[in-house]
Amino acid sequence: MRKYVPKDNVQGKSYYTDRFWVAPRVPREEVTDAHFTGVVATLGVLAKEAHVELGQLIVHIDARDNVAVIKALKEACGYTQCSEQSAVDYLAKDGEFELFYQLLNVNEAKRARVVCRIKKGEAIESIVPLFNSANFAEREMFDMFGIKVNNHPFLKRILMPDDWEGHPLLKTYPLHGDEFASWYEVDKIFGKEYRDIIGPENRDPAKVDRHDTKRFARIGYEVPFGTDISEGETQKEIEYSEALLVNYNKKESKTLDKRR
Amino acid sequence: MQVANKLSPFFENLNFERDDNTMVINFGPQHPSAHGQLRLVLELDGEQVVKAYPDIGYLHRGIEKMAENMTYNEFLPTTDRLDYIASTSNNYAYALAVEKLLGIEAPRRAQVIRTMLLELNRVISHLFFIATHALDVGAMSVFLYAFREREFGMDLMEDYCGARLTHSAVRIGGVPLDLPANWLENLAAFCDKVEYELEHTYEALLTENRIWKMRLEDVGVISAEDALNWGCTGVMLRGSGVKYDIRKEEPYELYAELDFDVPVSDRCDSYGRYRLYMEEMKQSVRIMRQLIPMYAQTQPQLMAHAPKYISATKEDIMTQNYALMQHFVLVTQGMRPPKGEVYVPTESPKGELGFYIKSEGEPYAYRLKCRAPSFFHTGLLQKLLVGTYIADVVTIIGTTNIVFGEVDR
Repeated sequence: MRKYVPKDNVQGKSYYTDRFWVAPRVPREEVTDAHFTGVVATLGVLAKEAHVELGQLIVHIDARDNVAVIKALKEACGYTQCSEQSAVDYLAKDGEFELFYQLLNVNEAKRARVVCRIKKGEAIESIVPLFNSANFAEREMFDMFGIKVNNHPFLKRILMPDDWEGHPLLKTYPLHGDEFASWYEVDKIFGKEYRDIIGPENRDPAKVDRHDTKRFARIGYEVPFGTDISEGETQKEIEYSEALLVNYNKKESKTLDKRR
Repeated sequence: MQVANKLSPFFENLNFERDDNTMVINFGPQHPSAHGQLRLVLELDGEQVVKAYPDIGYLHRGIEKMAENMTYNEFLPTTDRLDYIASTSNNYAYALAVEKLLGIEAPRRAQVIRTMLLELNRVISHLFFIATHALDVGAMSVFLYAFREREFGMDLMEDYCGARLTHSAVRIGGVPLDLPANWLENLAAFCDKVEYELEHTYEALLTENRIWKMRLEDVGVISAEDALNWGCTGVMLRGSGVKYDIRKEEPYELYAELDFDVPVSDRCDSYGRYRLYMEEMKQSVRIMRQLIPMYAQTQPQLMAHAPKYISATKEDIMTQNYALMQHFVLVTQGMRPPKGEVYVPTESPKGELGFYIKSEGEPYAYRLKCRAPSFFHTGLLQKLLVGTYIADVVTIIGTTNIVFGEVDR
């Protein structure tokens, strides 16, 4: 029986698996740092869970509180820069996206990450009124995951073309693209009805046809330009020059092949 | 009236015809001053920019997607293609993030070599900035001189790793090679050369140059609040008077032991940023000079000893059975870091380059997010360009020092 391949996560997977291997975890530490303790105290009940992982504070919050929490961090705790904002796809496992906001406190040189989860199809409130750097970051998140951002000033695809279908960083999206991606240029330039006329073999301009004698030549099997070699060609002996010194006669060497 | 179809879209400026005063023009994607594939849609009122819309994505290769489908070591050469002007800083930022996740530290000699390479890349990148920025503004000769020195820097990189542009000169857990013979002498000579040329060529040509000052002073002004708010890092942030250098504030590698200054400018304009780039190159030279004697005091070990994650040395692999088995497993299956998430910022020549890695304990990263400085600096253009004149647009794009390998990823 063929092995079952899950369709909800088509990304790279290890061929070798060990049933008894349990992955260790990066230690999650209690919040003991004075600054981070103050931050957690400021957030109060808004912070559902807080811990320190590898020197940075991670605060888990409810997705509906994201603007309130980030506003508090910006105005009360001095986190004046939003370095990064994006999402992680957990649809296959939990049916959720995990969103994170990476914040920087310039004066204290501290970094905090605000993490929240939203269900599939839910939208998140934009933090552009607080941090303009989220403008591009949220657009990228929308482009890559299809997460809608409410009240974003200009929510539009940023890296992919406007008329693209699908969101490339979803775990369901294969690395080499889907059906739409492979026909994108053909559909756009000629129209969908030309898919059959052009065919999958001509879709790829990098395709090499072995019987094409107009663009390619086989060493040792040279034939005149444009000859039909679908029936096969005869091998020619490769001749090596025996002359030590070549007399480059300028007049003769300049004659060009007429068919070009 | 034009009839647009799929093969011949509108080519005339309909908006201009309709509103008769604002004109919409496309700056790029094929423009020599666009620093890559940047398409800027500019709405102009006369010669003044009313609205700017940076359109990116022409170089999108899905590097973050590739990271989810490659093992950690396989992905490292891909990071070369982010900021291809200073590849080693990308390799290093990625390697450092993975090392943080694994909880390992590179041996001392590898740290010395890495710091040297990082600073060498910073000089190479800044020389490239000076060259292209001056060329954009109209100073052709600076371009030629700066590229000459940049070639010497790239020769050093080639001596070390064999590549001039896509170095892959750093590995997770250390560096692959020791320094070749005479490399340190050549580096010292390069330091002297750069320092001399900085003072006698670039600064002599540009700093007090009347045209250069007229084109750069009070152009692209951005306040400190705006710089923080729009996610500016690196020189863009320090040029607005915010003294934040990750090498100083959150030191990694050997930067805590090294003696260097962080130049800051409160001019907030392109000229201030140009001065910072020059000053940073001098500081990089200073750092490299301090590193040269540190190399001799180190032990020859180049890769961290962590048998669960890092292969042994070639000699051990060839002579010892267990090292060979370990190497075989690591090459065929890839390392499996612990579950967890990490965000590691580094000070790349362009600004804060950080990698966010979410690991689920598999040999493939569950999610890798590359925080590229140029991406946010491109976003800033929609604020920075409004109200400026079209002649300054090129200066402002140049001063942000964006590289499109990094913007589009």
